Amino acid sequence: MAKLVLAPTVLVMLVCFYGSAMWTVYISMTRSFLLPTYAFAGGAQYARLFHTARWQVAYGNMFLFGVLDIVGTLLLGTLLAVLLDRQVRFEGVFRTIMLYPLSISFIVTGLTWQWVLSPTIGVQHFVNGLGWTDFVFDWITRPDRAIYTLVFAGIWHQSGLIMAIMLAGLRGVDREIWRAIRVDGIPAWRAYLHIILPMLRPLIVTCIVLIAIAVVKSYDLVVAMTNGGPGFSSDLPGKFVVDFEFERANIGQASAGATVMLGSVLAIVAPYLYFELSRKNR
Amino acid sequence: MSAASAQARIGRIGLYTLLVWTCLFFSIPLLVVIATSLKTSDEVRAFSIFSLPASPSFSAWVKAWFAACTGLNCGGVHVGFLNSVRILIPSVIMSVFAGSVTGYALSHWRVRGANVVMLFLLLGAFIPYQVILYPLVKMFSTIGIYSSLPCIIAVHVLFGLPVMSLLFRNFYAGLPEELVKAARIDGAGFWRIFIWVMLPMSVNILIVATILQTTGIWNDYLLGLIFAGRDNMPMTVQLNAISTTSTGVIEYNVNTAAALLTALPPLLIYFASGRYFVRGITAGAVKG
Repeated sequence: MAKLVLAPTVLVMLVCFYGSAMWTVYISMTRSFLLPTYAFAGGAQYARLFHTARWQVAYGNMFLFGVLDIVGTLLLGTLLAVLLDRQVRFEGVFRTIMLYPLSISFIVTGLTWQWVLSPTIGVQHFVNGLGWTDFVFDWITRPDRAIYTLVFAGIWHQSGLIMAIMLAGLRGVDREIWRAIRVDGIPAWRAYLHIILPMLRPLIVTCIVLIAIAVVKSYDLVVAMTNGGPGFSSDLPGKFVVDFEFERANIGQASAGATVMLGSVLAIVAPYLYFELSRKNR
Repeated sequence: MSAASAQARIGRIGLYTLLVWTCLFFSIPLLVVIATSLKTSDEVRAFSIFSLPASPSFSAWVKAWFAACTGLNCGGVHVGFLNSVRILIPSVIMSVFAGSVTGYALSHWRVRGANVVMLFLLLGAFIPYQVILYPLVKMFSTIGIYSSLPCIIAVHVLFGLPVMSLLFRNFYAGLPEELVKAARIDGAGFWRIFIWVMLPMSVNILIVATILQTTGIWNDYLLGLIFAGRDNMPMTVQLNAISTTSTGVIEYNVNTAAALLTALPPLLIYFASGRYFVRGITAGAVKG
């Protein structure tokens, strides 16, 4: 019976996930345009993709947004976890406030930040109204800055998750270690920086992997916040692929972009899973 | 007061100051949206979104619910709300059921190749949607249900399968083996053990899974956009369409009210369920 129950699951995984993924990877190596064609054409789609200005921007943005988002989210999340680890009063209230963004969709998050950062109604308008009339904060409307505004929203949405994961790790630290730290008279901040956080390195790696995967997959946030604009200055691979697949009907380019996304996720996940699994098996 | 305790006190003050500032960072966007949604149209135009409404009114909420426009279509977000509910309920029930049964079959029944199936599920959870969207569209068109309610439900169940199965598998693997063994000696089969032994012990994990899927499916945008079809657009898709509609003056109070209405169900679930939500979100963090 167990086998019979697992059969549809295996079938669905093989056909819908792996079969589909292989199909897309193969299509990326054909001359498919409006409709899929199956004659092998090597790396032609990729050569074209990486010569497309919009893809270059989207792909570069993934790294720019990714690095800033990972660093920002990890620092803020870890800092908050450390703060909450110091026997804080009203911890429940603080946690609730830090975690609620996680329950909100990226669409609502993106729209909210779009309004907050809009120069005509948001922060700039507010500061202008206070009397600083020449204050300018129009990043979201500037082609060279719009991608950075996504980082605000990304950090806002994800830091709570990192806080929760890191706090669980901090709470699991052996009390004996803390006793030894107190006996040696090491100040708390140095203890965290040099002893406790290095002990949690595997957890930190997990956090980095989680955020990195989310970055590669990002779609809704950029759609709601900037819609990739101005122009395509804040485009990301996820949006590029969806647009080329369903609006511009260019299956070949979309598949090549999707395959690059898949490769990026694998490049993050494969070494991680390898080390995690071998660590557990030891 | 000694120097050391003075220093400790400064440390405590610094600690709370930092916490309060970060909590402002987290809460201000929501507060701004709430404040704007309670303003009148004149007020929105005259003041910054950071100002408080002079005389709070729910008129923008009423308009968002009944009459917000997507292009020329002015039905309000209640249309998307109902669509989302119609998508949500069967999707959650079916994906939690499929996940729990798969997880159970993978844990206490020594099926050959169970580890391979788990690896398939695990790696499947990492595949970006974009990689398999187009082939799935083709498959659903071939069987003739593309762009329909059954289609989007099937897609949610499909994408929920890896995380749900692994969540339940990890939970069931932690239960003592003797439970199943004893039941088998008594002659109980696969389903009887599942219903009478496993499910009664799974209340917590069922709550976690249900919350995880409910918030995940409610907040989904991309799958709804591609697979639901025009008549079943979920609330997130409708909200984004409303907010990017550029005809006439942008009514920020209506748009913010629509955004809040869309965010309300998962927010309520979050505030009501607390720790279950956090457990689900950390377990399902690889999803999507």
